[in-house]
Amino acid sequence: MLNKIYDWVDERLDITPIWRDIADHEVPEHVNPAHHFSAFVYCFGGLTFFITVIQILSGMFLTMYYVPDVENAWKSVYYLQNEVAFGEIVRGMHHWGASLVIVMMFLHTLRVFFTGSYKKPRELNWIVGVLIFCVMLGLGFTGYLLPWDMKALFATKVGIEIAASVPFIGELIKVLLAGDATIIGAQTLTRFFAIHVFFLPAALFALLAAHFIMIRRQGISGPL
Amino acid sequence: MSNNRVSRRQFLNYTLTGVGGFMAAGMLMPMVRFAIDPALQTKADGDFVQTSQKVADLTEEPVKVDFSYEQVDAWYTSEVTDTAWVYKSGDAVVALSPVCKHLGCTVNWNSDTEHPNQFFCACHGGRYEKTGKNVPGTPPLGPLDEYEVSEQDGFVMLGKKIANTRG
Ligand code: HEM
Ligand code: FES
Repeated sequence: MLNKIYDWVDERLDITPIWRDIADHEVPEHVNPAHHFSAFVYCFGGLTFFITVIQILSGMFLTMYYVPDVENAWKSVYYLQNEVAFGEIVRGMHHWGASLVIVMMFLHTLRVFFTGSYKKPRELNWIVGVLIFCVMLGLGFTGYLLPWDMKALFATKVGIEIAASVPFIGELIKVLLAGDATIIGAQTLTRFFAIHVFFLPAALFALLAAHFIMIRRQGISGPL
Repeated sequence: MSNNRVSRRQFLNYTLTGVGGFMAAGMLMPMVRFAIDPALQTKADGDFVQTSQKVADLTEEPVKVDFSYEQVDAWYTSEVTDTAWVYKSGDAVVALSPVCKHLGCTVNWNSDTEHPNQFFCACHGGRYEKTGKNVPGTPPLGPLDEYEVSEQDGFVMLGKKIANTRG
């Protein structure tokens, strides 16, 4: 049945070369844990992506209940966690995934560093990777404010004060982040929400696309 | 099975698809259940709400009775005001919902001069008799809902909305 549908579409659109090009390629022996168990370090990139997918999915579902407003943010998070079925799980996926994605990204970076994979011709992909790292930290920082509890508020105060200590433009960064010169409040929350769910994910998708296209072009780096 | 041996490739395909499917399901199941929760929540509703309408003041002529109660809407609790059309039918007190059964506009008593003593919906000209029964040939497809009614200290108390029992 599925084969018939596939053949029907393939006959018209010739989709086989498209997915072959993406999925059908050899895994070199030195990155295959079945050959050398230590090659599991090559899995960290994929695991980072896997957790990113979980972050995106769980985040999309959280926005079904979450409200980015100072009156209601905390209440809506409380409600979705305690009154909605599986709320604790879905919020837990996003909460713990946010930390795990940083851990995985760090391990992936270590692998790339110690296998020397950042060297010519892969310098650009290292740079894109560093940008992904920055976007991830931005997602963690902006997401942390969203539950609007005391921990969130003070973490953001501290983060914004750190940004304000930048020479010359610090004060400007602070106002742009907080949305107000003195208050961390209503406008900070809406800004952080917009950055967290629209701007940074959009940047992340673009960077991930660049990352993966470059990997397909250049292949995985050779054995040590 | 015995004369149709499973190749290594097939075996790996099946196990990987199985394990992958299991993981994907484990990931998606909580999120889907989370999303469809509003459809599965059970609401324990049905407390009677006191109105300021004295039963003794009621006549056979429907009057508009406003009443308010605390509505819990997820994380937002507020005081909302609702309306019922209340009249006496013999000894019984009848309270009809003003929500038109066509597309949800609000009906009025006796507001259409061409059709006196009927409920009238201005949106698309829906009409109902005093019992709430919809007049055939007008847009509504059913009779107006009714409120459960009781009495306390001489005042009308309204309960939950039920299907019309008179039309
Ligand atoms: C890789 C990407 C992401 C990371 C690292 C991340 C990180 C975080 C963090 C640390 C929190 C605070 C959670 C808590 O303390 O419980 C959070 C909350 C939140 N995030 Fe994300 N996030 C990511 C992607 C997304 C996406 C794509 C969306 C939506 C489309 C989203 C929507 C939300 C919402 C609505 C909240 C508030 C609810 C809550 O606090 O439980 N996130 N995020
Ligand atoms: S909504 Fe009342 S007639 Fe259409």
